Amino acid sequence: MDVLRQAVMGTSLAVVAAVGLSACGGGGEDSAASDTVRVTLANHVWTENIKQALPEFEKQTGLKVEITQLGEDQLSDQYNVKLNAGSSDIDVMMYRPLQEGKLFAKNKYLADLSDKVKSNKDWDFSDFQETPVEATTYEDKVVGVPIITEQEVLYYRKDLLKQAGLDAPPKTLDELKSAAAKIQAANPGVAGFVARTGKSPAVTQFSSFLYSFGGDFVDDSGKAAVNSEAAKQAYAYYGGLIRENGPANVSTDMSWPEAMAIFTQGKAAFYTEANSLYKNATDPAKSKVSENVGFAPFPAGPAGSKPYNIPSWALGLNDASENQSNAWKFIEWATSKEQTLAQQKAGVPGARTSAWDDPEGTATYPKDLVEAIAASTEGGVAHDRPLVVKVAQAREIVGQPIVDSITGKDVAASADAANEAFQKFLDDEEK
Amino acid sequence: MAVFTSPTRQSDGLSPLPDTPAWARWANDHRKWLFAAPAMLFVAALIIFPVAWTGYLSLTDAEGSVRAESEFIGFRNYLDVLSDTDRFWPAVWRTVVFTGVALLFEVVLGMAIALLLRRPFRGEKWVRVAILMPLVATPVAVGMMWRLIFDPNIGLANQLLGWVGIAPQPWLAGRSSALWTTIFIDIWQWTPMVVLILLAGLTSLSDEPDEAARIDGASAWQRFRHITLPLMMPTLIVAILIRGIDALKTFDLLYATKGRGGGSFHEVETLNVYAYGLSFDYNDYGVSSTVLIIFFLIIIGSMWALTARKKEVH
Repeated sequence: MDVLRQAVMGTSLAVVAAVGLSACGGGGEDSAASDTVRVTLANHVWTENIKQALPEFEKQTGLKVEITQLGEDQLSDQYNVKLNAGSSDIDVMMYRPLQEGKLFAKNKYLADLSDKVKSNKDWDFSDFQETPVEATTYEDKVVGVPIITEQEVLYYRKDLLKQAGLDAPPKTLDELKSAAAKIQAANPGVAGFVARTGKSPAVTQFSSFLYSFGGDFVDDSGKAAVNSEAAKQAYAYYGGLIRENGPANVSTDMSWPEAMAIFTQGKAAFYTEANSLYKNATDPAKSKVSENVGFAPFPAGPAGSKPYNIPSWALGLNDASENQSNAWKFIEWATSKEQTLAQQKAGVPGARTSAWDDPEGTATYPKDLVEAIAASTEGGVAHDRPLVVKVAQAREIVGQPIVDSITGKDVAASADAANEAFQKFLDDEEK
Repeated sequence: MAVFTSPTRQSDGLSPLPDTPAWARWANDHRKWLFAAPAMLFVAALIIFPVAWTGYLSLTDAEGSVRAESEFIGFRNYLDVLSDTDRFWPAVWRTVVFTGVALLFEVVLGMAIALLLRRPFRGEKWVRVAILMPLVATPVAVGMMWRLIFDPNIGLANQLLGWVGIAPQPWLAGRSSALWTTIFIDIWQWTPMVVLILLAGLTSLSDEPDEAARIDGASAWQRFRHITLPLMMPTLIVAILIRGIDALKTFDLLYATKGRGGGSFHEVETLNVYAYGLSFDYNDYGVSSTVLIIFFLIIIGSMWALTARKKEVH
């Protein structure tokens, strides 16, 4: 019995230990600067490209780079545990400025880079687009260098559109709705539209709908605004489109991998998603419909076409790292003009103006995608989720009306409830 | 403490020789502590410290970072959590339903299968291997597999239903069916473990009482009800204890099938999933610790109740 009890106690404390152990940790083992730069990166096309180019950097500098690569959620958990413990065994960290940026900066996990970014004229920090840099700045200090930008665009199936007698992708949300209904009626087993449905994952892709209806998560005075008339219309539209023209028996847990799978299996005609994922749809190895995928700017709502335009990932320096100058060398190289251009040629939209101005920078993109991106960067909104510290919690609150709308509940009542909860959340965060 | 010069002690072979240095005498003197020390340090560092630290955190408003300043707020977190009918109590209820229903089926099915497998038969080896298969698969892989099977649009389950003319079901995607579907998966995966434990118990039973009853003309059901079952009670309780505690703490399966927060409507959010979300999604370490401590007490409580019952049976 004793052995059993011990085993039981031991395992039941897995989560307890994760929180508890973060208390030990503490100071670093290697006190001097090391020739090894430890870099933690997310699973992303960007990371694959960097890994390929890495030998060049190691040869140039004589440094060694050790990469840890994790999925988005695991990456967050890893940071939560290690940075909480003040661990120095991460030097460079790839993070999401809009998701974790405020929290990390507030917790002082991110080193102040203000002086470093000004130190090298050739590297040229002023070349970075304004909106992304805004997102990696906290209380007037630069805490990260944006590496990947993202806009929401409309993915569509050229063949299905043609079949239905439509010669151009929808320009407005009304047109999108009727085109989706038309194609769905003509093709049994194919949904007119698909998009993320999970309470939290859907928030970012829903945001463009919200802005295009004239709403936002908070109003100009900083008050919760998810029950404004515009917001209610946006919730009703997004949920209605999925309920009426989406896949049958639609799950309310879908993030992009699930929604993308439905689209690339040829089971949906329209799909609104971040452009940075376009390779999943156009790569024949991953997509059954790669030949027929088209891209269009986000359709206009009553307030025009207002997709988000955001920096989805950035590189930061762990404040507790004892290897900061070598770590900065890595960041400088990975975000250089040459690397950004190379990344962009390989399909990763960057944050440097020079890469977008260079014809080479857009040469490998589908032509219609370049046009869609250009349109988005013009009228784009600089955030795709509430700009708060506890983003995960906020997303769940403002995402509730999305799933309620998808499942056919009273949208107005749900939006009112969400607004009240969101205001309370904002008040708590102010404190 | 001990007097090493006494002649009786000197003959027991453990006492030091007269010219032994002082530290060795001391070590010998305290040998029961010394030998136990590594194990005790291990327990202290890896079990007692984290629990105590979690207990402390549960009394503070720690959030954002555990190194950030936090205030001691007494039992306010406990009051907040225990009066939370939105997330906490539904999570408790789901934990109880998940564990209760899964355990019931696992024990009944496990008992039935163990009784069938008790007597040798042809192809026994293969049947045993097939039945134990789910047990050796990792829960995350199992979760992914069933997620594909139960996909409402392209999954195998709905295709099978289609062949016999039944309308497609939402399974894991449905708000009310998700919890039951995960219970089904848990039963599928863990019944074999119950079978294994019960089979070991059955093999150790003597055949004589059963034979005696048979001669007296007892039916198969009577023999099971009045002989096998009472004799199996201690084994059964061990099986329930091990499986029950494990089921209470299920995390991997739920996380793999429904993701963070147990789905958009928290359909499968049990206490464990809730506590995970509180600390890793919300960074609310104080509240998370409170939930974990309450959860820990629930587990200890149910374990204690079952062990007490086991003693009674003995």
